[in-house]
Amino acid sequence: MPSPAENPENVKKTQDTESAEPTVADTSADSADSADSAECRAAGSELVRFDKVTKRFGDVTVLDQLDFRVETGKHVTLIGPSGSGKTTILRLLMTLLTPEEGTIKVDGQYLTHEERDGKLVKPGERHVREVRKKIGMVFQHFNLFPNMRVLRNVMEAPVHVLGLSKDEAEERAKELVELVGLTEHLDKYPSQLSGGQQQRVAIARALAMRPQVLLLDEVTSALDPELVAGVLDVLRDIALSTDITMLVVTHEMSFARDISDAVLMFDKGKIIESGSPEKIFSEPEHDRTKEFLSTVL
Amino acid sequence: MNWDWEIVNDFMPSFWDGVLVTLQALVLGSLIAFGLGLVWAMAQRAPFAWVRWPVTALTEFVRNTPLLVQLFFLYYVVPEWGPSMSALTTGIIGLGLHYSTYTAEVYRAGIDGVPVGQWEAATALSLPRVRTWVAVILPQAIRRVVPALGNYVIAMLKDSPMIAVIGAMEMLGEAENFSNTTFTTEAYTIVGIAFLVIAYPASLLIRVLERRLALTS
Repeated sequence: MPSPAENPENVKKTQDTESAEPTVADTSADSADSADSAECRAAGSELVRFDKVTKRFGDVTVLDQLDFRVETGKHVTLIGPSGSGKTTILRLLMTLLTPEEGTIKVDGQYLTHEERDGKLVKPGERHVREVRKKIGMVFQHFNLFPNMRVLRNVMEAPVHVLGLSKDEAEERAKELVELVGLTEHLDKYPSQLSGGQQQRVAIARALAMRPQVLLLDEVTSALDPELVAGVLDVLRDIALSTDITMLVVTHEMSFARDISDAVLMFDKGKIIESGSPEKIFSEPEHDRTKEFLSTVL
Repeated sequence: MNWDWEIVNDFMPSFWDGVLVTLQALVLGSLIAFGLGLVWAMAQRAPFAWVRWPVTALTEFVRNTPLLVQLFFLYYVVPEWGPSMSALTTGIIGLGLHYSTYTAEVYRAGIDGVPVGQWEAATALSLPRVRTWVAVILPQAIRRVVPALGNYVIAMLKDSPMIAVIGAMEMLGEAENFSNTTFTTEAYTIVGIAFLVIAYPASLLIRVLERRLALTS
């Protein structure tokens, strides 16, 4: 497993193996706001990096040679019509899907491939597990464990994956459940909570692993309209008060505008436009973006 | 038809012996069926074909041949090159093995019924494979299948007289033995009632369990 110290070398090797691919500097991130992307670089390294990633389902190409990166600490929102590949990106990152072509790196480490004796090979389960710990995900349908109470839902992974003691994990879980405003529900089962409450537990559960990047996959789409605001408020707080990196797929455009450092517009498996939320929402350049925004705003 | 309480009274000692054998076969046979069935079901989801294939072959073979033939095979053929076991032990293993191939299907359905989102959440939290099974998947799967498993316990009870053919004298075996030597029929009636007395509360218990387990899911 490459240690962080070896990262620069890895980057170089990708470029070697992937040959003439345009390099780090000149894709999505810098396309629009120089101020914003300069700040990205100052803030630190890239945390997520897709290089020429292609994903197909049967004959359908969902992602087509996608290059894409997210800088540490940034909140990036993916927008676009359904079927445009936004959710697929999150699922690839979470290793729920594997790409047909291309490489994905998280924090400088290969997620889809592993470097062994200078060659890129399929990674071992242990390698994937290590890299995956840096990533947390909140799902559209919450996916809480229905057989566990709220507290245990949040404690389970810290105890059995991170090896925290029961006491440490419980303390951490209680803090997070308080953060999402559900302290009085610690001993309830998910089925006793509303959808919005369940989703807030799911957010606490993901954060309990202290991931470097949080993936939010249409987290309010399955909620009754009156419950959406509570979940978004919690996420807004987290976005503004922590330095966690976020990758967000949402149809809540005002939320996207509030929290995003950058918005990427997807269509047919490609990024067709990117930039600051102000730019994308106020003065989109691409016709597809204008058309899409007119349907959701 | 004459009913002679004297004869019933004479049958009682061997009847209780038979009840004991029936209950042992049922309880131990069920434990084997529950345990082995789970092993088969999980093996059939193993990532390796060399685990899945033999298990599928074995369970299909056992499910598609008669229990009676399996009992004869275990009792008369296996000892020729393997361990020789008492009739009761053989009967318990035979019942347990036979029914494990049915409980495996029940577990399989239960496991398939756990929403894919649960596996995804476990992956997203990096839960190790064993922990995912033990803490997430099985508790949900088993909760769903308890009623179906219970039905197989009752089916097994009703198949238990078959172990008498290899000499494990359960209730019906004892009744037949008694009736043949005394030229009476009362023992059969007693045993028939005894099966009902065991089976009916068992099915009530299953229904109670079903309701209690449904609560939190």
